[in-house]
Amino acid sequence: MTVLLVAVLALPLLGALLTAALPARADRTARAVGTGFAALTLLAALPLAAGDRGWFAYTTESPAIRPWHQVDLPWVPGLDLRFHLGVDGISYPLVVLTALLVLLCCGYTLWRVPDGGPGRLLVALLLVVEVGLLGTFLALDMVLFLVFFEVVLLPMYAMIAGWGGADRRRAARKFALYTLLGSVLLLVGVFTVVTAAGTADLVALTGGTGLSRGTQLAAFTLLALAFAVKSPLWPLHTWLPDAHTQAPTVGSVVLAGVLLKMGTYGLIRVAVGVAPEGARWAAPVLGVLAVAAILVGSLVCLAQDELKRLIAYSSVGHMGFVLLGVATLTATGLQAALIGNIAHGVITGLLFFLAGAVKDRTGTGLLAELSGLRETAPRLAGLLAFAAVASLGLPGLAGFWGEAFAVVAAVQVGGPFWTTLAVLAAVGGALTAAYLLRLLRRVTHGRPTPAVAPLGAALARTELAAWAPLVLLALVIGLAPGLVLGMAGDPVQALVERVTSR
Amino acid sequence: MTRVLGPLLPAVPFVAALVGLLLPPAPQRRSTRGRGRVDGGDRARTVAIALGLTGAAGALLVALALLVTVDGPVETSREWVDLGGLSVTLGFRLDPVAALVAVAVAAVALAVQVYSVAYLHRGPDDVDLDVDHRYPPYAAQISLFTAAMLLVVVAGDLIMLLVGWEVMGICSYLLIAHDRRLPEAPAAAMKAFLVTRVGDVGFLLGIALLGVSAGSFRIADVLAHDHPTGTLTAACLLLLAGVAGKSAQFPLHTWLPDAMAGPTPISALIHAATMVAAGIYAVTRLYPLFEQAPVALTVLGVMGAVTLLLGAFAATAQDDLKRVLAWSTVSQIGYLAGALAVGSPPAALFHLLSHAAFKALLFLAAGAVIHAVGSTLMSTMGGLRRGMPVIFWCTVVGLGALAGVPPLSGFWSKDGILAVAEAARHGAGPTPGWVGWLVWLAGLLGVAVTAWYATRLLLRTFLGDPRLPDTHPHDPPALMRWPVLLLAVPAALFGLAGFLPAVTDRLTSGAGPAPLAAGGELNHVGPGLLLPLVLLAVGAGGAWWMWRRDPAADPADHLGPLRPVFARAFRLDDLQHTLVVRPVRALGRLARRGDEVVVDGLVEGTGRATGGLGRGLAALHRAALPRAVAVLLAGVLLLGLAAVLLTGGAA
Repeated sequence: MTVLLVAVLALPLLGALLTAALPARADRTARAVGTGFAALTLLAALPLAAGDRGWFAYTTESPAIRPWHQVDLPWVPGLDLRFHLGVDGISYPLVVLTALLVLLCCGYTLWRVPDGGPGRLLVALLLVVEVGLLGTFLALDMVLFLVFFEVVLLPMYAMIAGWGGADRRRAARKFALYTLLGSVLLLVGVFTVVTAAGTADLVALTGGTGLSRGTQLAAFTLLALAFAVKSPLWPLHTWLPDAHTQAPTVGSVVLAGVLLKMGTYGLIRVAVGVAPEGARWAAPVLGVLAVAAILVGSLVCLAQDELKRLIAYSSVGHMGFVLLGVATLTATGLQAALIGNIAHGVITGLLFFLAGAVKDRTGTGLLAELSGLRETAPRLAGLLAFAAVASLGLPGLAGFWGEAFAVVAAVQVGGPFWTTLAVLAAVGGALTAAYLLRLLRRVTHGRPTPAVAPLGAALARTELAAWAPLVLLALVIGLAPGLVLGMAGDPVQALVERVTSR
Repeated sequence: MTRVLGPLLPAVPFVAALVGLLLPPAPQRRSTRGRGRVDGGDRARTVAIALGLTGAAGALLVALALLVTVDGPVETSREWVDLGGLSVTLGFRLDPVAALVAVAVAAVALAVQVYSVAYLHRGPDDVDLDVDHRYPPYAAQISLFTAAMLLVVVAGDLIMLLVGWEVMGICSYLLIAHDRRLPEAPAAAMKAFLVTRVGDVGFLLGIALLGVSAGSFRIADVLAHDHPTGTLTAACLLLLAGVAGKSAQFPLHTWLPDAMAGPTPISALIHAATMVAAGIYAVTRLYPLFEQAPVALTVLGVMGAVTLLLGAFAATAQDDLKRVLAWSTVSQIGYLAGALAVGSPPAALFHLLSHAAFKALLFLAAGAVIHAVGSTLMSTMGGLRRGMPVIFWCTVVGLGALAGVPPLSGFWSKDGILAVAEAARHGAGPTPGWVGWLVWLAGLLGVAVTAWYATRLLLRTFLGDPRLPDTHPHDPPALMRWPVLLLAVPAALFGLAGFLPAVTDRLTSGAGPAPLAAGGELNHVGPGLLLPLVLLAVGAGGAWWMWRRDPAADPADHLGPLRPVFARAFRLDDLQHTLVVRPVRALGRLARRGDEVVVDGLVEGTGRATGGLGRGLAALHRAALPRAVAVLLAGVLLLGLAAVLLTGGAA
């Protein structure tokens, strides 16, 4: 199993090197090789759930993180840094989601490479991003976490700047500089903790043992700000609409599908875990900002007139629900946040794929120039409707659990403050429905516009292959949320006990 | 046996829906349009029809089996998911009431599936050849709707109930927007979903309060838990918001008349017989909670009474046949809400079932009329009795039941509600006496108004001279005729079932002690029946008298200046537009501008300022030689001074 844990990181890295090294005339072969490595990565990631994952030994004395499998090697002995990887119920769903989405994106480039550069480089960059993402979710050492967190940044920048839309350079620069600012805060936060505690090991640090209240408050503030930029939390979100809108389809899918999750995952695993006292102290502020994100995000979507930009802004609202769940610091809220994370990755990934398909076919993303899609492309319109309905949190589909139970968790905390937040978040749910139905009405209903009229009804086989897993997952997770939550129950409970114990 | 039947009930149509959604939604474009040739589109249509019929018929069989086997509450549940100690179960809660409602839902669904085959068929004389009805998604969405409604009926867990509840909403949305020739359909669909979703904000919060309070979302646990009074009242009031949205109660009723843009069979199934009654049904499922929260029941009573009259008056002035029926649905559901408020779920359920029968009948008959005439406006109809005798007599039965003509179903079930309300005037119900008075008086006035508009509808549509002389209306084909004929049977006779102990026992099984006004019977024969009968005669006679004076004119003209007010339903739509829709849109634009100018402006501004600062510093460093030398010397001087001062100070 430990071999698999390393393989999950080594395979995409190897794939990236091979893909980039192949000559230009073998571009298609290179893309196929990269896709093959992405598939192998997924195959290596899936069995991580097997084996012993008993939680029987959990007591108040044992650590709050008990990975199913781990690798713990010395890395830089002089600085006491360790190469410590592990997977548990909180990280496993994200690992699988990452491997799956990157595979789908690589497969998609076999069929269509966006303008801007050779396809094999795009695949190589996707695989490097995958290394960084998987490393972030697997790292159990704060410095290692920081390193992987940074690995993602530059290839993503290159992907937007190289293969993006008309305004790609500005968007890419804004993305890189803004999130770099977050990274600086993360760096300071990590070393605040590491110097105060004398170790960077997350297993030892979780629960806030040995950190003074002042250190915890400072560390949480820094870490939470860093993760808030990545998540993104209103009002630190403005890099996101530009980046998502300008990025190529596969870039948007990875950005929305998993990159944002580094922020929320980091918030749960690192910020809340390491500085629980800081988390308790800052929870009301986090809650208010999360609800503000929900409301502002949905309101902005109501007045948005570009397809990809609208979906990008919808992420602000959806991640608001996730952050509200985290802010409650209850087991229900954290579980809602975890499943909300996964659901958002699946559904928004699908939405960006579909938006990309619409944009590629019609050459425009302006809602004013799109209409009547169901007349000429009924299947595409049907899939878009499915994705939109899933995104608005229809019970029975994946999006429901995270949003409804973030509200339930806020009600559970009780008191006038959190009840108000719950009510406002629930109102945000109605606004979410409003903007998604507005989107459907503009794009799918009515008479076809000149841009839509010449479309054919057919969908490419690659497109169906890339979308079908996401459609299925949105349905399956909706019907059987236990697939995600079953394995997260115990670690979340352990974390919550540590957070609320003092 | 019931352990399998409960889950099977929604599962059968659900599977039919999933398979149906995978069929090609529209026929592929063909180069040659051969008539009568079996092509891909026709094959898909045939498969879709088979799936739809199988799903509905299967559900009906399961429901009938449940009706026979279930004679008391049966509860099965297993864990679905556990969210931090709050358990959500896959639970089924079966009782005779649920079985009865399930039979009604499945029967209407089957009737509608059969009827739609002929209704959504491109006839030989259709002018518009490009119209393709996209039957596969249509039939699959009806199946999905049926599954969702049946899930609501048997759900033993609040979250499961919510799943069915919202899936019904989305099916309603999809089906209202189905007809691609109607420009108003997409807007109507969106309005229907959004207005109910606003109510569902309350519904979700209510469920959250109850679930958190009880530590479980299982209905049995929630009912058994001893909730604090404040929580209970708040939760019940919040649930009522969702009920008002789904069941089109004031002030969230505005979507239902617009929903008539959907195909007529859909109006029959979703917007008349089943989904709109789901709110009432949900209240009966949780009635023990509402009984402990009289404030919520009082609100429900006021809401019901207002809706009852609002709907009835609005129905008097419509020219659109379907809108008359839509408003009458709003009004009838007001009766159901009133019955619950005065403490009698059995009376509400009895009327719910008879309403399902006669309103589905009325809509399907109206569909046949619209199919024959090619318009929904009554001002284009008239004299249809000669051409369509079957539909005429079926409509007579349906309207008679709606107005409450003895011995048709609506007479008995509506009288049951009036009797309970009469008893509640003296404090027999869970709510204060004035609520009983309110519901009773509104109900009586409603009887007269209902009789008036029902008579007007019949006279304007079927009697008098044809207003469009060129058309030759005829009774519909067998696939449309038989569902109408078969629905006429329960619409006529179901009321008499109130005398059968088999039915009364089933309807009262879920309720607490003494839920009925007199001795545990649903139907009452006594002097109390006289007053509604007199009012019925007044209303029907009034409409007939106005029509006799001038059969060409609309009896609604006699409403005078009130007519436009009634026709626009007291302009509540405009009010909603002004108070909610416009402000939210404006807020959206404001939020977008604020986000782009202020929040992002700060970010961009920081970037620009940093860039500017850098350029400024760079410019300083690019200074010409004399100034550079001056700055250098000044620097040397400063450093020297500092050195001297510091070392001097140290010394």
